[in-house]
Amino acid sequence: MTDVVRTGFRPSRIAIYGVLLLACLVYLIPLIIMLITSFKTPLDIRTGNLLALPTDWTVVGWTKAWSEACTGVQCNGVSGYFWNSFKMTVPAVLISTLLGAFNGYVLSKWKFKGSDLLFGMLLFGCFVPFQVVLLPMAATLGKLGLANTTTGLVLVHVIYGVAFTTLFFRNYYVAIPDALIKAARLDGAGFFTIFFRILLPLSTPIFMVSLIWQFTQIWNDFLFGVVFASGDSQPITVALNNLVNTSTGVKEYNVDMAAAMIAALPTLVVYIVAGKYFIRGLTAGSVKG
Amino acid sequence: MEHIQRRPAGVARASSGLMDGLQRWLPKLVVAPTFVLVGIGIYGYMLWTGVLSFTSSSFLPSYDFIGLGQYAKLMESERWLVASKNLAIFGGLFIVSCLLIGVALAIFLDQRIRQEGAIRTIYLYPMALSMIVTGTVWRWILNPRLGLEKLMHDWGWTSFSFDWLVDSDLAIYTIVMAAVWQASGFVMALFLAGLRGVDSSIIRAARVDGASLPVIYCRIILPSLRPVFFSSVMVLAHIAIKSFDLVMAMTAGGPGYSTDLPAVFMYSHTFTRGQMGLGSASAMLMLGAILALLVPYLYSELREKRHD
Repeated sequence: MTDVVRTGFRPSRIAIYGVLLLACLVYLIPLIIMLITSFKTPLDIRTGNLLALPTDWTVVGWTKAWSEACTGVQCNGVSGYFWNSFKMTVPAVLISTLLGAFNGYVLSKWKFKGSDLLFGMLLFGCFVPFQVVLLPMAATLGKLGLANTTTGLVLVHVIYGVAFTTLFFRNYYVAIPDALIKAARLDGAGFFTIFFRILLPLSTPIFMVSLIWQFTQIWNDFLFGVVFASGDSQPITVALNNLVNTSTGVKEYNVDMAAAMIAALPTLVVYIVAGKYFIRGLTAGSVKG
Repeated sequence: MEHIQRRPAGVARASSGLMDGLQRWLPKLVVAPTFVLVGIGIYGYMLWTGVLSFTSSSFLPSYDFIGLGQYAKLMESERWLVASKNLAIFGGLFIVSCLLIGVALAIFLDQRIRQEGAIRTIYLYPMALSMIVTGTVWRWILNPRLGLEKLMHDWGWTSFSFDWLVDSDLAIYTIVMAAVWQASGFVMALFLAGLRGVDSSIIRAARVDGASLPVIYCRIILPSLRPVFFSSVMVLAHIAIKSFDLVMAMTAGGPGYSTDLPAVFMYSHTFTRGQMGLGSASAMLMLGAILALLVPYLYSELREKRHD
């Protein structure tokens, strides 16, 4: 509709740009504050203010956050938890996306009696507040010997992520003409051949959406991490929260902010590199069905 | 060809051959793991939590049934009342603020803006952050001594004071601020996509009739975006009811329990205070709240689809 909105006269244009730029500042300032605080010395933080640039730029906050800061009882920084998050996120993202792709394929192209029911179950599963499954899941992981392990967290993220990935793929494959599948079947192609030879080459965009959505969701998760992991298996979000809430010694805000940056960097990088797919995932996730 | 497109299910049945049996079972086999995982992990566990909410479980699950005792206890609990009231305040302000800001930014961005892509990227990046990161930053910004207050003092406004973060009556509003900062860009993206889908001939016609731009937006464009409005409210309400991370990072429910939300209440009673029965009952009420929102929403969605 932009083509019909006439470019009005100057004052209103200036006002519009003014509002938009002001909003940009509001969204950017917390990130700027986080960055400049992380490069300050503790003295600088006490004498300066939020928006004052560091008098001496230093990476002490970053090195301390990475390898020395206390997250509860232990004081080894967040580096171990950062790698925990990777070890948890990468397999969980790959497994849930693959499962979602096959599920979406079946629920759109190989419907059977009851497949719509399964789809409905998954759709509803996207909305359930996780509080309602936490306690039984904790008990089950304990029984399976997976409590406080990265494997346990991967399992949990796969189970509660697969509903979303299935929706992504199902809605994407529904738009691909069934005639294409039918023709391949007449040529003798089977279930997997059709998937790998016909659908998969068309699926790059939806794979990107699913991978990025799942990466952001799982990396940023706090609830499952805090409930199902403890000590050495905790993800970075839990470690960050522990670090910020550790009350021993003097509060070092530069270390807090550096740790927050470390926790935020992977998803920020993904967002900057592949923002297009991130937005598509957000909007697809909100207009479910 | 026509009938095949209308009946995709017929594809599997249409084939005959040696592999027929296997081919017919393959799709079911492929979705079976998901069916089992989701069946147990969501529906089975939901029931299990429901059962626990009728028991006197404390530090360990027990199956000593006490009827609606935990729900009665919940209703009398001062802390649960505070958590519910906070959810009403937080949810209400969060949804309304996000909608107002999101819609306004979307309309402004829809006026042939240069660098629109870059600006949109800036508005939306907080959605890529963990709520723990958001909470950590906002907690620092709102720090009663070194944060915003010191900045204003340095800039010459020496009487400025801002200690909402540690004020038990006002702390909940600081959580609203951080949450709105994080999610309003998302509403903007939804509405901008909606605005781009509006039929431009309607607007051209309205302009010919002499309607001004604000009138066109209020009377024609925004009312036509009702579905976007509903799905935004749905997603925002969902975020609000599940909100846990942000509170944990900013106040951990404090001062006292003044910023508890139901999700925080559930977590602390179930996992740190050894009151699993009570925690389960609170989780079931959260599920009830979501259902109360979800059922009418899905009903209207499905009805609209049928009308199409």
